[in-house]
Amino acid sequence: MSGTGEALLTLRGVKTYYGNVIALKGVDVDVNEGEIVALIGANGAGKSTLMMTVFGDPRAQEGEIRFAGRDITALPTHEIAKLRIAQSPEGRRIFSRMTVMENLQIGATVGDAADFESDLERVFALFPRLRDRRNQRGGTLSGGEQQMLAIGRALMSRPRLMLLDEPSLGLAPLLVQQIFAAIRALNERDKLTVFLVEQNAYHALKLAHRGYVMVNGEITLAGSGRELLQRPEIRAAYLEGGAS
Amino acid sequence: MEYFVQQLINGITLGSIYGLIAIGYTMVYGIIGMINFAHGDIFMVGAFTALIAFLVLVALGVSAVPLALFIVLLVSMALTALYGWTVERIAYRPLRQSSRLAPLISAIGMSIILQNYVQVAQGARVKPLPPLVSGGYTLLHGNDFAVRLSNIQIVVVVTTFALMAGFSFLVARTRLGRNMRACEQDLKMAALLGIDVDRTISLTFVIGAALAAVAGLMFLLYYGVVDFFIGFLAGVKAFTAAVLGGIGSLPGAMLGGILIGLIETLWSAYFSIEYKDVAAFAILIIVLIFLPTGILGRPEVEKV
Repeated sequence: MSGTGEALLTLRGVKTYYGNVIALKGVDVDVNEGEIVALIGANGAGKSTLMMTVFGDPRAQEGEIRFAGRDITALPTHEIAKLRIAQSPEGRRIFSRMTVMENLQIGATVGDAADFESDLERVFALFPRLRDRRNQRGGTLSGGEQQMLAIGRALMSRPRLMLLDEPSLGLAPLLVQQIFAAIRALNERDKLTVFLVEQNAYHALKLAHRGYVMVNGEITLAGSGRELLQRPEIRAAYLEGGAS
Repeated sequence: MEYFVQQLINGITLGSIYGLIAIGYTMVYGIIGMINFAHGDIFMVGAFTALIAFLVLVALGVSAVPLALFIVLLVSMALTALYGWTVERIAYRPLRQSSRLAPLISAIGMSIILQNYVQVAQGARVKPLPPLVSGGYTLLHGNDFAVRLSNIQIVVVVTTFALMAGFSFLVARTRLGRNMRACEQDLKMAALLGIDVDRTISLTFVIGAALAAVAGLMFLLYYGVVDFFIGFLAGVKAFTAAVLGGIGSLPGAMLGGILIGLIETLWSAYFSIEYKDVAAFAILIIVLIFLPTGILGRPEVEKV
């Protein structure tokens, strides 16, 4: 879909270690331009590690990571961000002693200064709560608001690709729907490419065009979101009782 | 009463020098969580570069004191900043991924290296500088005591407060300051958002060293003498000031500096001058027993 036929983000045989412990055992993933791709799996499967490995922290020790046709496997983390990949990471990592506005300003670090106002308007239109709270410190926000801020902060760099790590974690069902609706809107209206990690497999697969299932640092299944939702092993492992 | 006012003036002057040095400790601690034990010696290097710059200017025939002071200030800040940058680059950055103890030991090593380097290059003897700024004002006349505010004290306090105000503005309002605060709170996230963390840390060392250089110049003007060992005690005092005010807190470092200066001066004036350091450190211990995070430090509790 990106002219050359190569996906926007490509991982080939990526292996990552924490010390001597292997966390990713040779992962292949493609995220095409304009897609929402979900990565699901149990706690500790290596999903967040995969997200961080794209940014080189921890660094992939084997394999190759390419973004927009360029090998980024060995680039410094901040240089990878400059290519317009943004991440809303595990645990949100809001700057809790800075205001909402300052968090958003830092999100715009790699963006064009000229785009700042319009990007800010886009974030405020998506999450009006952030506008009301713009002078409040990040640490005083509720969990849902912090999640909105984490996504908003990532959007401030006008990313071509957004990595979202567990945007639904710890949120009330109504807020989860709100966040997922926002992600869908960004994808459909702004053509934002999204690579999403979720434990909430049902919601994630319903939202995503394609999905990957990760078990113990390996991709065990891949397919369209609808296909994966119908697979009996997925239903048994991730959806039983949780499909609400 | 007059005597007390005089001691207040003296204490604030001394304290502002400590405060300038303390900022360097507190900023580096805030951003990479290490105590830069070489910072006191960076201050000493600043005092020496200021002295050398003065002598060069005199040799060149620059005789206007305000102009000379201004040039010396800039030269000393620039050269000392270079030292600060170099120390971080060769002694701390390679150890960024290792245990917390490693850069600490490396810092003590850098401290010893700087002291010995200056001792070898400049000699161990005390170097004097003839008083450049003389005169002053008599503020109050008591029966047998007059309160004096010397011009040099005015220079020290005004320069210090102007720099502290400028620096506070930089941290609170500029992009660099925002990046520094972001790195201080979460290095990993800062990098994810495209902030060049290594560069921000380098700049923190550069700014801290430049402020220490100003402190060195003020020390040189105020006391008129320097030697290679002044960095040790001044460094320990400034570190104490940073901890007293709350390490990691910028206003804390300034407040802590002034307080240490006041404690030391008042103790010398009313009790015994030999025990002035004991008094400063004893107050530190007492404060830390009741306020473990220092006066303006924040408790390590955050909403998650």
